[in-house]
Amino acid sequence: MPLPVVYNVESVRARWRTSVVAVLGIAGAVGVFVAMLALAKGFRAALVESGSAMNAIVRRAGATSEIDSAVTLTQQKVIEDALEVAHGPSGPLVSHEAVVIAAVPLRETGTDANVQVRGVTEKARLVHENVALREGRWPEPGLFELVVGKNAAASYRGVGIGDTLKLGGAGWKVVGVMDAGDTAFDSEIWCDLSLLNPVYHRPQGVAQSVVARLRSPEALEPFRQRLVGDPRMKVQVDRETDYYAKASQMMTTLVNVLGTLVAAVMGVGAVFAALNTMYSAVAERRREVATIKALGFGGSSIVLSFTLEALVISLLGGLLGCALVLPINGLTTSTMNFQTFSHLAFAFQVTPALLGIGLVFALLMGIAGGVPPALRAARMPVTVALRDL
Amino acid sequence: MKYLPLLLGNFRRHRVRVALTLGSFAVALFLFCVLIAIRGAFNQGVEAAGADRILVVNKVSLIQPLPLAYRDRVARVPGVKDLTFAHWFGGVYQDEKNFFPQFAVDHTTWRQMYTEFRVPEEQWRALAADKAGAVVGKVTAERFGWKVGDRIPIKGAIYPGDWEFNLVGIYEGTRPQDDLSQFWFRWDYWAEKVEPDIKGYVGWYVVRVDKGHDAVTVVKTIDSAFANSPFETRTQSEAAFMASFVEQMGNIGFLMTAIGAVVFFTLILVTGNTMAMSVRERTGELAVLKTVGFRDGAVLALVLVESCLLALLGGALGIALAKAFTMSGDPTGGLFPVFFVPGWAMGLGVAVTLAVGLLAGLLPALGARRLRVIDALRTL
Repeated sequence: MPLPVVYNVESVRARWRTSVVAVLGIAGAVGVFVAMLALAKGFRAALVESGSAMNAIVRRAGATSEIDSAVTLTQQKVIEDALEVAHGPSGPLVSHEAVVIAAVPLRETGTDANVQVRGVTEKARLVHENVALREGRWPEPGLFELVVGKNAAASYRGVGIGDTLKLGGAGWKVVGVMDAGDTAFDSEIWCDLSLLNPVYHRPQGVAQSVVARLRSPEALEPFRQRLVGDPRMKVQVDRETDYYAKASQMMTTLVNVLGTLVAAVMGVGAVFAALNTMYSAVAERRREVATIKALGFGGSSIVLSFTLEALVISLLGGLLGCALVLPINGLTTSTMNFQTFSHLAFAFQVTPALLGIGLVFALLMGIAGGVPPALRAARMPVTVALRDL
Repeated sequence: MKYLPLLLGNFRRHRVRVALTLGSFAVALFLFCVLIAIRGAFNQGVEAAGADRILVVNKVSLIQPLPLAYRDRVARVPGVKDLTFAHWFGGVYQDEKNFFPQFAVDHTTWRQMYTEFRVPEEQWRALAADKAGAVVGKVTAERFGWKVGDRIPIKGAIYPGDWEFNLVGIYEGTRPQDDLSQFWFRWDYWAEKVEPDIKGYVGWYVVRVDKGHDAVTVVKTIDSAFANSPFETRTQSEAAFMASFVEQMGNIGFLMTAIGAVVFFTLILVTGNTMAMSVRERTGELAVLKTVGFRDGAVLALVLVESCLLALLGGALGIALAKAFTMSGDPTGGLFPVFFVPGWAMGLGVAVTLAVGLLAGLLPALGARRLRVIDALRTL
């Protein structure tokens, strides 16, 4: 026969001093754990959502990122002529792009950050559907003009509308700010591809990557077969979302490993706190336990009851921890992505799934901290305990 | 010493509580040491930077090269003692996950510049004799199980093609913060194999400033020499160059250490409080000790020794675990250049635990001393 749960809830309340320590310990561990996961999640999302499942990105075979890739003019033509590529009013929806890294000072510290500058054609706006103009206007083709991502505009010095930025020896005028829905493009600066190549001493006509909009997401495989089978092409074809997922791998691994490590150590600390609390709760209640036993409750109901009590404490801790990290949802921070060698702004993402994981973590800590004391309570001999009365 | 059985008796009485307190100290100190090791990994470049070295890179950005012709012009600048150059290779060994930095270096000058790295003389001679030779750091060699004489295939990413190198040497560091993950091969081998239009370029120059010359003046002279050329330079101290990377990593390193610091102090406070509570519970016993003739000082010492011993044992356990953990290797699988607990961190950790142990014993023990024996005994 189980003991009523209300008994345990009341016990936690009556011994709130010792309970608070355990609740705080668990809340801290859960908070850190969820915060770290939210950071990794936000970083990954910023990159993954930059891509579209409808797009394929073509790079030179063996290239690890866009920076070390090159696609020649002939190859670009083959891609444009592929049957799987969707067409818009102005021809095939294929965006030729080149990426350089520019050193631009951070607003906060004044030290230089590596900013990705992407040379694009007018097609880029049609292929990357998540990019929209927020302020000002798009650069005119053939003019030394720039459009700046909204996170870049907020993070770096001298990139407001009307400012002139020196890139590769030329002066470029900032004419617009674009909004790419918090994706990696929001940390980039875009300009005209045909001007970027000469300024950076690169051969005209060569792109570093070619992004093609496909007729359907399923068209990727035939598209890849066609390009890889063509003797003129030495390229690799990836779905754009896969490419960006891979570009986030290193940083996500780093944050996840470190976050899990710190959370695990804190979890052990929190379990110790919970054990301490529950052991002292059991010790203080020797008479209570003995009385309950004398009333006819079995050992299993006592184990269940004390475990429940630990779970109540850990649930409180878990909820508190989740509540504490909730405000960081949407908070923008930035770091360097070593895979693309550039600085990237992104927002923490505290999702319901992460909160769920946090609560499960809390309950696991509760079980680890609650079961041993509960077993001790159940083993306590009735006669010895009652003698204290 | 004769009170040792009394101390041990106290420990044995509350085995669970003693174990938990020990464990809490161990966890706190483990976390403290590991966080300092993580911080060190993020800041490695700054901590390992040579005080008299400056770096010359392309002003446009780090990935733009500089002409080889700058070598002699930089070398002529007054105050430049040594000069070497390198180029980032960025190839892939088997899989992109197996990242380690690869540099094409000028083997005739590289070793004089980076004196903190030790390579046996005959191995360096082997590099001079073998154009496809390569020298790798001990950590990377152990990571992939490479031995001198192995042939290392690396797939070019920036410079396409299949590259093969003969491992002729393994370097070691002289300080714990030295990065032992780098892979060096000969720049002339790189220049021979790449497209003709890029073979006259290098990634960056490293300069050692002569003692007695002002580094700031040398920096300015170099930058002004190349101003308004197609390849303008940005010259800065090695430490400043590395620091700009740390700045860009930005909040992640800061977040980790901030969170860790908060957690560490909470853990320490909670544990200290638990210890203080357990002394307070025993006020009655302390009164008994006084009744049987112990002096105030002796009782105080007894309590303090007990709490400090507990704190120190727990702390030492945590530090030892952290040391073992960091020695078992980089938890991120190659993303950290170095991962170790510095000596000062261990010292600081011991000092903090000792302070907490003292405080946790002192406060209740002083309270107990003020207590009159007769009052304390009444509660028995």
